Amino acid sequence: MLAFLTQRLLQIIPTVILVSMLIFGLQQLLPGDPALIMAGEERDPKVLAEIRQQYRLDRPIPVQYFYWVKGVLSGNLGESMRLKASVGSLVREKLPVTLQLAAMALLIAIGIGIPAGIVSAVKKETAWDYGANLFSLWGLSTPNFWLGILLIFLFSVTLGWLPASGYVKPGENWEASLATTIMPAFVLGNALAAVLMRHTRSAMLQAMGTDYVRTARAKGLAEGRVVLKHALRNAMTPVITLLALEFGTLLSGAVLTEQIFSIPGFGKLIVDSVFNRDYAVVQGVVLVTSTIYISLNLLADIAYMLVNPRLRG
Amino acid sequence: MTAATLVEQPSLHEENPWARAWRRLKRRKGAMAALAVVVILILVALLAPWIAPYDPTRTSFGLVRKAPSWAHWFGTDEVGRDVLSRVIFGARASLSAGLVSVGIAVGAGVPLGLLAGYAGGWIDAILSRLVDAMLAIPFLILAIALSAFLGPSLSNAMIAIGVTATPVFVRLTRGQTLAAKVEDYVEAARAVGNPHWRIALRHVLPNIVPPLLVQASLAIAGAIIAEAALSFLGLGQQPPAPSWGSMLNTAQRFIAQAPWMAFWPGFAIFFAVLSFNLLGDGLRDALDPRHK
Repeated sequence: MLAFLTQRLLQIIPTVILVSMLIFGLQQLLPGDPALIMAGEERDPKVLAEIRQQYRLDRPIPVQYFYWVKGVLSGNLGESMRLKASVGSLVREKLPVTLQLAAMALLIAIGIGIPAGIVSAVKKETAWDYGANLFSLWGLSTPNFWLGILLIFLFSVTLGWLPASGYVKPGENWEASLATTIMPAFVLGNALAAVLMRHTRSAMLQAMGTDYVRTARAKGLAEGRVVLKHALRNAMTPVITLLALEFGTLLSGAVLTEQIFSIPGFGKLIVDSVFNRDYAVVQGVVLVTSTIYISLNLLADIAYMLVNPRLRG
Repeated sequence: MTAATLVEQPSLHEENPWARAWRRLKRRKGAMAALAVVVILILVALLAPWIAPYDPTRTSFGLVRKAPSWAHWFGTDEVGRDVLSRVIFGARASLSAGLVSVGIAVGAGVPLGLLAGYAGGWIDAILSRLVDAMLAIPFLILAIALSAFLGPSLSNAMIAIGVTATPVFVRLTRGQTLAAKVEDYVEAARAVGNPHWRIALRHVLPNIVPPLLVQASLAIAGAIIAEAALSFLGLGQQPPAPSWGSMLNTAQRFIAQAPWMAFWPGFAIFFAVLSFNLLGDGLRDALDPRHK
């Protein structure tokens, strides 16, 4: 186990270094000169030179990369040129919003996807199975920005039940917070529910055909007990590891969802920063998202190792 | 077993694998329906100037946000343009984005994956770490950053999506190559003195095409959604040229007054993506029955 962990951690190091290079490279890719944006309309050459010196924009790229990595390692992600705030504070402010949305989306996806997958496998080749498969095709093929617009039309414009946009923190008013986040969370979780349904169905079908399930049935156990206690428990192993990986995907999906519902989270921050050429924020947000994604990958590997005794060696 | 089946068996073994896959695909009604829809969508995109009832960019201030009618089946938009004509022309942007960006991803990813898998050693190590790094940055975020760098336009969105989708093809091709290169037929090709490039291109590549084809079909579905997403954010097709994603972006502002503006372009994206997903599923079952 220790050898596996060491090996896995060692594999991550070059990946993280390359990710940091790619992310830093994004600064060079984004169009426009940030110093010109900061200098305002007058573009005084003296001010421009001062800005370039202050943000080390006049230094060679490898030197800029070195200072950036040095800053990141000491917890300094840089400063937003547009918002005049540290990227770290922006991340601390926006990340919980997106995490709340992603966690709600995950709950919705689990609540729909896993039961649908179980029913689909247990009632294979019946109307239930076809219905669940149709649902998964719908989930995988619906662009979440379209689904968001349709839900706004139904629940906000036509029925007037939910607000079309905005965000309220759960600590301020949990009911209002739920009302502002339930639609975006559903939109975000819709595709994941479909993915979960497909994986649960496939894992359940495999488990239902195994000897231990046949033995459980032969012992005369009730079908519900066979399905829930024997088959489901074993089928959930790959599904749980999949959840860890998909949580990272939700962070990416939040970009569009937050844009549609005007939610001031991570996704909206990155889109606004790209359009305003706010390099430091783009780098910071992408770095944090990628780090979360890599960590979740590692956690998924460890979880898989822990629940699967054959891999522990 | 009867004498007749014994006689028939050898001919089954001699069947061309592609003919067998086509026979299997034909049995799947969903996949065949999806294939028909894909063909229709391609025809609609190609014949757009002849089948669209109106010029998709012609504005008319007397026809602003008119509900669907006999004259305008899908209604009109905020400047009086015919929504049906824009949806028909929008198929061009979406399908070309799907095909071109996956073409870029396949064109770059397959040779790199073949190289990594076949050569192994430090080449494999470097390429694999690079792929890991690219895959660690969420797809849409990388595509947004690349599109912003290249500048907002449809062709740049295609390049951004293509580059972002490349690592998946590198990884898939590498894995398939690793499995194929230890097969007997590759050993045999090596034993008779074929050069490495010939073994890789003539012996390994043709045998790893089926999973690549399935992945390409599914990747087209992903690329269509990604193009629509970039256009929705203002980074893809630029107005007044029609694109399903940019139509949805505008429609969002008029959802209370003109919901038809949002319904049809979204439905078109859904239909196209669903067709490519179903086709990909069907191809997977036809080319690799173990994946059922």
